This record gives sequence, C-alpha cells and structure tokens, in this order.
Amino acid sequence: MKVAITSTGNSLESKLDSRFGRCSYFVIYDTESHSVEFIPNPYIENIEGAGQASGQLVASRGAQKVVSGEFGVKVKSLFDSLKIKLVILKDPEKKISSIIELLNH
Amino acid sequence: MNNPPHFKGFSPIGLSEENHPVIINFEEYEAIRLSDFEFHSHVKAAQIMGVSRPTYTRIYESARRKVAKAFVQGRTIVFEGGKVYFDSEWYSCNSCGCWFNHTERELNMEHCTLCGSTDIEQFFDNSDQVVNEDRCVCPTCGNEIVHLPGTPCKNQICPNCNGQMIQKGVYLTRE
Repeated sequence: MKVAITSTGNSLESKLDSRFGRCSYFVIYDTESHSVEFIPNPYIENIEGAGQASGQLVASRGAQKVVSGEFGVKVKSLFDSLKIKLVILKDPEKKISSIIELLNH
Repeated sequence: MNNPPHFKGFSPIGLSEENHPVIINFEEYEAIRLSDFEFHSHVKAAQIMGVSRPTYTRIYESARRKVAKAFVQGRTIVFEGGKVYFDSEWYSCNSCGCWFNHTERELNMEHCTLCGSTDIEQFFDNSDQVVNEDRCVCPTCGNEIVHLPGTPCKNQICPNCNGQMIQKGVYLTRE
C-alpha cells in the first residue's frame, strides 16, 4: 500500500512538512516493497489551488493514506471523495524515517 | 446533524454542469426531509431540529424556494458540505499522537491509520456548536433559566416562585 508524506527535504532525515498543498517534497512510500520516492512539489509557487493539484498528484501515484501537518478545508473534502485516509501529525520535528517506522507496524 | 445526504447534489439531465449551482445547506435539506418526506408538522419538525417553529418555517421556505429555482432555471443543486460534514469522524491516537479521519462511515475505526495502535479515541470538535445564551427570566423574583428553543418563555413557570416567565431582554410595556 502506498502512503504519501509531506516533507521539507528529499532525504529520510528530513522533517515532516507542516503544510500539504505547498510542502517542499512529497514522499511516496510503499509499505510492501519499502521503496521510497521523493517528488519535489511542482505546485509550491501556486497562488491558489495548490491543495487540489497536490491532492490529484498523490492520488495519481496511488496513495491510500496521506500524512502531513495540516490540510486545508477544501482538500479534506477532495480526499474524502477519493476515499483516501488523512493523518495529521502536529510535530514539526518528526523525521520521515520515524514516520516510515510507524507505518511498518 | 442526524442524516446528512450521502451524495453531493443533483444535476439537470442534458445541461452543462457549469451553470452556477444552487447551494442548499444541511438545515434546508433536513427541513425538506422532515416535512416533505417524513410528513411532520412544522411544530414537530422544529422540535426535532431544536429550533423555534417560526425559524423552522423560514428554513423550510428557503429550501422550497431554492428547489423551485433549480427546477425552473435548470441549475445544479449542491449540498453545502464543508465543515459540518467532513470535519466529523476524526480520531486521535494516544500512542503516536496523530489525528486521523474515518472515511468509511459504516465501519468502526479500531486502529490508528499511522501506527496501528488500538489506543485511539474519537475527537469531538465542539467549536462548531452554537452556545445557547438565551434565557427566560422571572419578572417577580429575577430567577433565570436556559431558554429551550421551541418553547416560548411566557409558557414557562419559574422553578423558584411559580410565576410566569418572560423572554430575557424584552421590556415590559404594561404594568
């Protein structure tokens, strides 16, 4: 199963990005193959609609769960309609590696 | 909100979707459901929704007019979803400290989406609820009670002195 995580950088030591639509990178982690893919966010400079576009991006990568610090109201309803689960972690110091560890339960 | 609609709205057949939709909010949807589907009187429906009868009639009128507009002008109806509906069903995990949502309303959530722990609790966000500040007051002894929407203050008996109560904030115009 694929999980998308918002990240401030492109390494496993990077921290969770507290924004969704305008995060620096998206991490796509596959819980079965344990593969990790870092995607720089192409919508980071968008004036509006970054959330919607980012939502479509992670959905097109097959993510069934998304982990971030916060999500905007409009993007919550987008994910609801796509039946993608949201996880909010309010810890700005959390590293991508420890989130991946939690997912490997 | 007891029974939110499980779909997002209606579209006229054969017309383009880009036609400035009519937005019906959940109160209005509920009014149509209670009066036109369940056939309750306005008095009963107002009680069910926890509002006064005149307020209920206003909501119901508004709902009917919007439906008529959509019918006559061929417009899409969209149920205002947003906060009330989609911000419900959130859980917090005591193990990893995350919040996660529940996408399939029919099933029960038993595990944290992130860490799998069963040490989870449902999160109730009370900031959306309206605090009832209305009071009935007794002109004889000054006692105040919380006003129940749907029951006029003048029908209430003071629990203190058994006098007739009045709506707080209303000036007496006769002795």
